[in-house]
Parts: sequence; structure tokens; C-alpha cells
Amino acid sequence: MAAASRGPGVQASRSIVHAMFCLERSYPAPRSHVFKALTDPAAKAKWFTGGEGYTELARHMDARPGGREHVRGRKGTGVVSTFDAIYHDVVRDERIVYSYEMHLDDRKISVSLATFELKTAGSGTRLVMTEQGAFLDGYDDAGSRERGSNFLLDALGKFLQQ
Amino acid sequence: MLNKVTALDQTFQALSDSTRRTILAELTRGPRSVSKLARPLAMSLPAVMQHLAVLEESGLVRSEKIGRVRTCRIEPKALSVAEQWINQRRLEWERHFDRLGEYLKTVEK
Repeated sequence: MAAASRGPGVQASRSIVHAMFCLERSYPAPRSHVFKALTDPAAKAKWFTGGEGYTELARHMDARPGGREHVRGRKGTGVVSTFDAIYHDVVRDERIVYSYEMHLDDRKISVSLATFELKTAGSGTRLVMTEQGAFLDGYDDAGSRERGSNFLLDALGKFLQQ
Repeated sequence: MLNKVTALDQTFQALSDSTRRTILAELTRGPRSVSKLARPLAMSLPAVMQHLAVLEESGLVRSEKIGRVRTCRIEPKALSVAEQWINQRRLEWERHFDRLGEYLKTVEK
């Protein structure tokens, strides 16, 4: 939660917020399908997108330790978001670990460590994603304001359920 | 900007305690009197007041005294600073995982 300015000559607006969150989903699909959806370039391109109003500009991935992934696209608001990841650990049907940074236009907004654990749950798969992030100078930019404050209480509810 | 950063620190500090999160969760349902907030909590009224003071200082909660009853309500504006940081990313992942679920339905078993 520390905020720091970086010495003379640098804007006092530099800040870092450390945050961690965990998401858990169950899917009625075998672990091998979920693993493939997470690691196969063609499969991942089907779901790892920006949603409505999003235009893809670039995409490539190599989900092997040391391999990289790059996804860039323009959001409906005109802001260009860029996702750059480096894979650290990939265990078939079990685990994926990568670190990634996000840019909105030219601004680096976060550097994070993300882990994905795949567990058998009945005939399906439980996916646990944990992100530990350092969020940089982010709360003053247009990208952060894309979501209306209507989201607020929903978001709080989800946060409180952690 | 410095003020914002300080406010953010206070927000996170306020959210770091489970009792205060319980109080906030209750307040998302609507304004509550201090005594009603205190009732389900296993602690003294002064202890509850102390938690409420932290929440008020962080700007997450506002309170006003009418007659002998102090009523607390959530202050969504202050919360949005923290929300932008943690929940924006979280919600993006929620959407990704929704789409992943839709995609998995199309994959043959």
C-alpha cells in the first residue's frame, strides 16, 4: 500500500498499490479442455478478448516456460490496452504461472504475477486464479474511469466475499 | 494527488479488518443505526464505535446523529478509489472467465 515519489525531477504523481485477489470458477469440462483453452493460441483467442466494442490489433503466444504472450487491442472507448506476459511454469492439466504487465495506451498500469490452478471437481474442473499485482499510477487515467460508479456496490460485494 | 494517495492508504487500512468489512457489507444493504450495526457483532459498543471511526476517517462511511440515534451510511465516492484499483482488474478477469465458460461449452467432449 505504499505510495512513493521517485526523487527530484520526477512527477509526484508516481504511486504503487499492491493488491491481491483470487477468482474461482467451476466448469463442466475436463481439465484437459480447460488447460488447452488457457495454453493453445487458437483456443485462447476464442475467449481471451476485450468483449464488446473491442478491436484486436495484435496477438501471439507461446505458453512454455520462458515463452511470451502479447495481446493488444482497442477498446470501445478508443483506449489501446496491451497485455504482455512471460510464462514461468506450465504443468499440463495442472498449473500455469506467468507474470504480465498491462499498458493503457503508453502508460504502464500494472505488473502482476498470475497463477492458474486446475483441479478436478466431480466430472468438471475447478479453476483457481490468483493475481498479485503492483498497480502503477493507474487511478487517474481514462481507462480506470471506463466503468461507471453503478458497478460500485456490486464490486464491493465481490470484494467482501473474498 | 498526494491527498488521493493518503485517502487510498486509509481506504485499504479500513478494509483490512474483518469486522469493518462485516460492517460495510451490512451497510451496503442500507443505512443502519450504530446500535443495530453492533448487535450481531461479538464486541462492546465502544469497540464497534472505534471501528466506525476508522471507517469514517477513511471516507468509506458517513454518519449523522439525529436526536439520540447515530445513523451510518456507506459513502460510495470514497470507495471508488480503491474499487478502481482492485476490482477493475478483478472484474476484467470475471468477464474473461465468463467467456472461457461459453467457449468450453462449444468444445466437443
